[in-house]
Amino acid sequence: MAGESLKFRDPELAKALAAALARHVEEIGRPVSVMHVCGSHEQAIAKFGLRSMFPKLLTVIMGPGCPVCVTDVPEVDEGVVLAEQGVHIATYGDMLKVPGTVKSLADAQATGGKIHIVYSPAQAVELARSLPGEEVVFFATGFETTAVATAAVIVDDPPKNFSVLSAHKYIPPVMEIVAEMPESRVEGFLAAGHAATITGWAVFEPFIERHKLPVVVAGFEPLDILAGLVELVELVKNGTPKVVNMFPRCVTREGNRAAQAQLWRVFRPVGGRWRGIAHVPNGNLRLRDEYAHLDARRRFTIDVKKLWDYAPTHLANQCICGDIMAGIKNPYDCKLFNKECVPETPVGACMVSNEGTCKIWHLYGGVPDLSEVSA
Amino acid sequence: MCLGVPGKIIDIDADGVMATVDFWGVRRQVRLDIIDEPAAVGDYVLNHVGFAIRRIPPESAAETLSLYEVLLQESGDDVMTADLRAEIAGAGEPAKAR
Ligand code: SF4
Repeated sequence: MAGESLKFRDPELAKALAAALARHVEEIGRPVSVMHVCGSHEQAIAKFGLRSMFPKLLTVIMGPGCPVCVTDVPEVDEGVVLAEQGVHIATYGDMLKVPGTVKSLADAQATGGKIHIVYSPAQAVELARSLPGEEVVFFATGFETTAVATAAVIVDDPPKNFSVLSAHKYIPPVMEIVAEMPESRVEGFLAAGHAATITGWAVFEPFIERHKLPVVVAGFEPLDILAGLVELVELVKNGTPKVVNMFPRCVTREGNRAAQAQLWRVFRPVGGRWRGIAHVPNGNLRLRDEYAHLDARRRFTIDVKKLWDYAPTHLANQCICGDIMAGIKNPYDCKLFNKECVPETPVGACMVSNEGTCKIWHLYGGVPDLSEVSA
Repeated sequence: MCLGVPGKIIDIDADGVMATVDFWGVRRQVRLDIIDEPAAVGDYVLNHVGFAIRRIPPESAAETLSLYEVLLQESGDDVMTADLRAEIAGAGEPAKAR
């Protein structure tokens, strides 16, 4: 699988980078695990067959980098309950099959719920304008890159029948959680280029101060990722915890200040659960009081408890997405992977989204070096 | 939804908020209200769910575009390409009637 999709623009450079990576890992002389936090990085790693080029002792884990996958079950339940109350729900297509406690939004749609797929918060606002007299709730998911767009429509005087159910998540705090997990063997992070476009790379400095782990900001080209890993492993080897920005085309030290100002004007960080991971202090973004009138949680009574009388299904209990995103396990450790759990009938959220580890691994097949991941 | 998509501004409306952006021949409306620095017609911008978030320095534009050009040669069943096509098809649609 890897061979046919290896399409480096500069195969010589790719080879040289792979050799440098091997050399650094060899000099470290023991297994090394690093984590990236971005679905697009995992897509590129799988698509371009990069894992087959990694040294045996290097494990590159996909952390909680898929916003759909970390949207928690009760958050899906809120969307389902609102849909059942007759409210129009606008959301990203990836959200439809994400399991809630008993139902997904797709299930709600099958029983008459009015669910609309949008690509942009601006489309959700348009939908509200086209449905005067009906309530339209934008079920907003995604990390800071997406949250800034939600913030932009919120400050832009949307129509009265529009509101937002925010399940937005903020990446920097979850890196702390992963770094602090007792089982964690992560020794460095590859930060997501486009989220860092917003936050700037300086956002990682306090993290490095606290955890003494290096962070490298990388782009999405196969060569960007390889170069980012070479840098990261070298920092691990030398014991130099610092941030290195390998994606200057898009990421600056300060980031996009206009977008940050808008983000924090609209949202405040609150603690909340990320599906399968943990409670993440400051990891969830909720609307500030100034925008209470646009906050679906304050506009509607959302009684999710009525869904909770059902026990979660037996299969869902076996989903190990959380351990996979924490880097402790990989999809092959899940008994349901490619059996009961496939993209058409996903048991866990990681099999739903195009950015979920299980879906990506399902589509791109096995990866040669993974037998040793789950030591 | 994490991968931004670069495109070239071909028009900006009178109040400077809405741009028409060309993505490999597909034209979409993209909002400029949260871009990091002012952009002009001819600039490449990185777009995310219908909003430009970064003016790509002109000297880096070609390098930024190449990944996407590789992806767009793929068939439709590649997830990365599928996500990219969806972003291109959907970004900023429908145009905002003000
Ligand atoms: S294969 Fe399915 S059930 Fe298993 S961890 Fe992945 S998403 Fe969860």
